[in-house]
Amino acid sequence: MERVPITGQGSYRRIKMEKKTITFTLNGEKRTIEVEPNDILLEVLRTKLGITAPKYGCGRGDCGTCTVLLDGKSVRSCLILAIEVDGHEITTLEGLSKDKLTPLQESFIEHSSFQCGFCAPGMIMSATELLQKNPHPTEEEVKEAISGNLCRCTGYVSIIEAILDASKKY
Amino acid sequence: MAIVHEFNYFKPSSIDEAIELLNEYGAKARVLSGGTDLVVRIKDGFETPDAVIDIKGLEELKTLEFKDNKLIVGSLVTFNELIDNETVKEKFPLLWESAKTVASMGIRNRATMAGNICSAVPSLDSGPALLLYEATVVVKGKDGERRIPIEEWFLGPRKTALKEGELVEYIEIPLPQKKHAGCYVKLGRYNGEDLAQVGVGVLALSGNEYRVAFCAVGPKPTRAKKIESLLNGKELSDSLIEEAKKLVEEEISPITDIRATKEYRMHMAKVMLDRALKAAVGRLNGKGPDYGTRLI
Repeated sequence: MERVPITGQGSYRRIKMEKKTITFTLNGEKRTIEVEPNDILLEVLRTKLGITAPKYGCGRGDCGTCTVLLDGKSVRSCLILAIEVDGHEITTLEGLSKDKLTPLQESFIEHSSFQCGFCAPGMIMSATELLQKNPHPTEEEVKEAISGNLCRCTGYVSIIEAILDASKKY
Repeated sequence: MAIVHEFNYFKPSSIDEAIELLNEYGAKARVLSGGTDLVVRIKDGFETPDAVIDIKGLEELKTLEFKDNKLIVGSLVTFNELIDNETVKEKFPLLWESAKTVASMGIRNRATMAGNICSAVPSLDSGPALLLYEATVVVKGKDGERRIPIEEWFLGPRKTALKEGELVEYIEIPLPQKKHAGCYVKLGRYNGEDLAQVGVGVLALSGNEYRVAFCAVGPKPTRAKKIESLLNGKELSDSLIEEAKKLVEEEISPITDIRATKEYRMHMAKVMLDRALKAAVGRLNGKGPDYGTRLI
């Protein structure tokens, strides 16, 4: 394994970062991109790959609006280094609705589950994972699944109703 | 927020290679598995590694199996993998119930139990269960393996017995020899993502044997040995619980911080001990609330 030199001393001490080319599947398509070791996945998606559904909220895994699916599991893209997803599969909201809206997304529209809409992409990704794992959840299970997604408008009731209603269509 | 700090990323393909890297970079190396703690700390500037060593390529560390009456939890096993495992739920229900209270779904998909004990924040939800099951942490360094009893693992806030150049391989959890039931009660401000203000774990074993542990109310999670010796050998009763609650003040040393005052923590620790004892004993007798039920 190659080692990388360190230059300077004290506050000038710097490590020379090595860029790496990664290849991963993004919403069904193979993408290849060069990243720095300290690039965050969320930022690479938003600024380099034009994927803007995952939002930047708290940047520390508390709010859930940056949620994407990594190999089918919901994760916080603000806490993942882009370099870590080399060889993996990422799905964002854009990937869910490639052809048409999913029943879950339709249900969000029917129940007017958006106020400002900032939490919606994360809510939908978390709920998508829930319904894949557990197609007929109870209200408690829905609350548990989205407990890491904060709605700053506090419009939780219509979100929970939308998910429960969508679960009847699966 | 982007990461300002610059580092290099390594993804070793064997444990020996990982240990070699850890020794080469020493204090400037950090191990990355789920990253739910490390990445935040690098963003905040609390950690400034030269080398981030991603161990997710090490298949050996993904082991989650029950054999010879021991549960082996590899250091890459996530909380959701523990929760979804039937053996864990059936044989180690206290571990299962504790894992359920960790953060939220999206965090539990990444966060590992080994990472939780390596971060070693005082509020860690894995603490009480691992103390009560008397787990052992198995680490590997360039001179071979070391087995560290969990009682000796936690040294203080974010301080553990892990030495520079060592990697956690797995956590070994022995199955109690007697029939047992447990209860973990966590006080948070809301469901999902919040750290414990107080955590109380109780393991009740047949023959009136009790184990009690606390987290978030002292510099590290601890067994409450005075309470245990009061309870041991006695049938649980309201008057016995009252006596045990009086001892709580001798066992814990909560502080006031952004999440709660020390007075509130002290008060709630007693209330939660009461409920956890009753629930654990109830479950032992086949009557208590289902595992995962919120008791506070």
